Amino acid sequence: MEQNVKTLLEQFRTIAANPKKAVEDHKAETGKGAIGMMPVYAPEEMVHATGFLPVGLWGGNRPVSKARTYLPPFACSIMQQVMELECDGAYDILDAVVFSVPCDTLKCMSQKWKGSAPALVFTHPQNRGLEAANRFLEHEYAVLQEKLEEVTGVKVTNVALEQSIQVYNENRAVMREFAKLAAEYPQVISAVDRHAVFKARMFMEKSRHTALVRELMEAVRASDPQPWMGKKVVVTGILVEPDGLLSLFDELGLAIVADDLAQESRQVRVDVPEGDEAPLYRLARVWQNMYGCPLATDTKKARGPMLQDMVRKTGADAVVVAMMKFCDPEEWDYPIYHRQFGEWGIRDLMIEVDQEAVSFEQARTRLQSLVETL
Amino acid sequence: MSVKQLSQMSAKELLAYYQAKLDEEARQAKANGKLVCWSASVAPPELCVAMDIAMVYPETHAAGIGARKGALDMLEVADRLGYNVDCCSYGRVNIGYMELLKEEAMTGKTPEVLANSPAARVPLPDLVITCNNICNTLLKWYENLAAELDIPCIIIDVPFNHTMPVSEESKAYIADQFRNAISQLEVICGRPFDYEKFHAVRQQTQRSIAQWNRIATMSQYKPSPLNGFDLFNYMALVVCARSRDYAEITFRKFADELEEKYKKGESAFKGAEKNRVAWEGIAVWPYLGHTFKTLKNQGSIMTGSAYPNIWDLTYDAEDETLHSMAEAYTRTYINTCLDNKVKVLRGIMDRGKCDGVVYHLNRSCKLMSFLNVETAELIQQANGLPYVSFDGDQTDPRNFAPAQYDTRVEALGEMMDQAAQTAGE
Repeated sequence: MEQNVKTLLEQFRTIAANPKKAVEDHKAETGKGAIGMMPVYAPEEMVHATGFLPVGLWGGNRPVSKARTYLPPFACSIMQQVMELECDGAYDILDAVVFSVPCDTLKCMSQKWKGSAPALVFTHPQNRGLEAANRFLEHEYAVLQEKLEEVTGVKVTNVALEQSIQVYNENRAVMREFAKLAAEYPQVISAVDRHAVFKARMFMEKSRHTALVRELMEAVRASDPQPWMGKKVVVTGILVEPDGLLSLFDELGLAIVADDLAQESRQVRVDVPEGDEAPLYRLARVWQNMYGCPLATDTKKARGPMLQDMVRKTGADAVVVAMMKFCDPEEWDYPIYHRQFGEWGIRDLMIEVDQEAVSFEQARTRLQSLVETL
Repeated sequence: MSVKQLSQMSAKELLAYYQAKLDEEARQAKANGKLVCWSASVAPPELCVAMDIAMVYPETHAAGIGARKGALDMLEVADRLGYNVDCCSYGRVNIGYMELLKEEAMTGKTPEVLANSPAARVPLPDLVITCNNICNTLLKWYENLAAELDIPCIIIDVPFNHTMPVSEESKAYIADQFRNAISQLEVICGRPFDYEKFHAVRQQTQRSIAQWNRIATMSQYKPSPLNGFDLFNYMALVVCARSRDYAEITFRKFADELEEKYKKGESAFKGAEKNRVAWEGIAVWPYLGHTFKTLKNQGSIMTGSAYPNIWDLTYDAEDETLHSMAEAYTRTYINTCLDNKVKVLRGIMDRGKCDGVVYHLNRSCKLMSFLNVETAELIQQANGLPYVSFDGDQTDPRNFAPAQYDTRVEALGEMMDQAAQTAGE
């Protein structure tokens, strides 16, 4: 059974590292292409309903050179990577790219797309408490759907959309369960592996991903959880990459017992609500129900209390803030929850995330001193 | 100040007079227990002004602090609170200022930094209103103000117009938010909304904007009676008083003065204007004089900038659906697709008869920087005019190097001279 866990984790790692192969396999198998999904949130269910493969475009780990022509150094690291990949033609195997624009950088990126596939842009409303916002977003989605139908040549029926919503809600529930399981079995699921399971989600048809994650969870549960001698942390931010940075957690015995990362748990935080309303409207409601993300405007700033709750429920020893370099929405949230943590007696440590990085000595020193002082 | 005395003032005097008066009104309001609102610069003031709420504009306030060389002290306070130096410097200056006011309110003692600051004294707000038509940073910044001060935050969200013209759905959503803001204000103020005054305020806003636009048209003349950098100064009133007659009175006077100048054949430029440039981006407030003088010294006058033009908020004040007002507040050129942005800038360059463009790559403003390369290329393809870009910042003096600016502007001057020479041959 232990061998089975290893094989399955290896499978997730391979998929996570080979998005191009995922696209090619999907094409060979279904005859249908792939649609790029730019960070951070989009109604992926709609793409799934066309039978095309939604593929997450969350940067990479290349040296940035060509992107320098189009982006100044103070653009966030993930968008520098995306721009580099655009310039390299890495996204030209896609049939279209879905762009949401919840920050100023993404607004600009949506207008300077260098790939050959068309960019399909939509805007999230930010006055999210209002019913008018739901209606506006429903309309944005209807326009997006038309554009997708044009690109894919597939009519998105309500029946297909409802089926896709079911597939996605199921996958989100399974991933929430997986995050809890990973917290119970840090000896079995390393920080790097935990990330691979989440990342593979971006390149797999979701019902297959669900099935594979279930298989993994069953294999892991075959053994009893063991007491963890290291420390436990909650991570918050956009993402923790590259693997070199994540492996520091493993080396230093820091178990990630929960995450609030845009690339990981924020993607599975909110389900499409059930109800009699049309599927597009219910997809729009997801944005209204989203919480704890700096891109979803919240004048009550519920992120701090949410993280406090995560720490309490998981018994974490500290919160590690994985600060994406030059991500201003994240940077604006930090002073508020950092102050709150101080008031609540929660330890926190900020490390910088740069996807281009190859050396992690600074992060190592910081994380090491965190471990020593916990 | 009597009416007679006001009528004798020059536009420049009126500008200074009303700016000081607005700050004083805010201080008086606070002292008398009336409400004070801090507002984003292009958020609709019509709603709060209709409810007689005193308004303070943190961006203008921060720009003023920057221009008076007082930004660093405020930035250091924000630094201590954990604000990253990569965040917008307007926001950081304002957060620093807010923190000092808060400390003063809590301890009864004025912090030394605040006492020594050249910043105009403004009171803490009882509520804030924000609008993301010029950036989404204004959502984050105002979220934080509301959280730090535990006060209500009114949001007017104007979705990014990835396609132009503005969709009917977007207008309907924004107009609904105006109505929602009205009900928020009724609760905050504890009295019914004054719809009659709201109507009058919309009409006043349109009269102010009409005079603002009249000033901008003056740069069409050659030589220009208007120095474009003056718009950066007068902008303070289009931001802070467009819903009051203060702006209308001042702008009318300024436009009259410019018309008079034009009739007399006088130019804003002392000596012959050699070439005319467009300025894309926010001013470098701590170095406003330097940026202006470098251009001036080489014979260049600025006759076109889309930045002050953001406040061309022309709408139908009689439209009770408020869709027209919604459209005006969402169509700001940086809240639209690249095609429209280029169209707006080109129009400004054409009207200002510009010979080249200076692009400000502003460390504080991602939205006004990250499309500069594409914008510059598209505009040059269309009109063939030279351009340069320099690194700067609206209020953090550490992010601007005068030498780099001078070299770039000189290069632009040479390119424009060359083009003029070629055209003359």
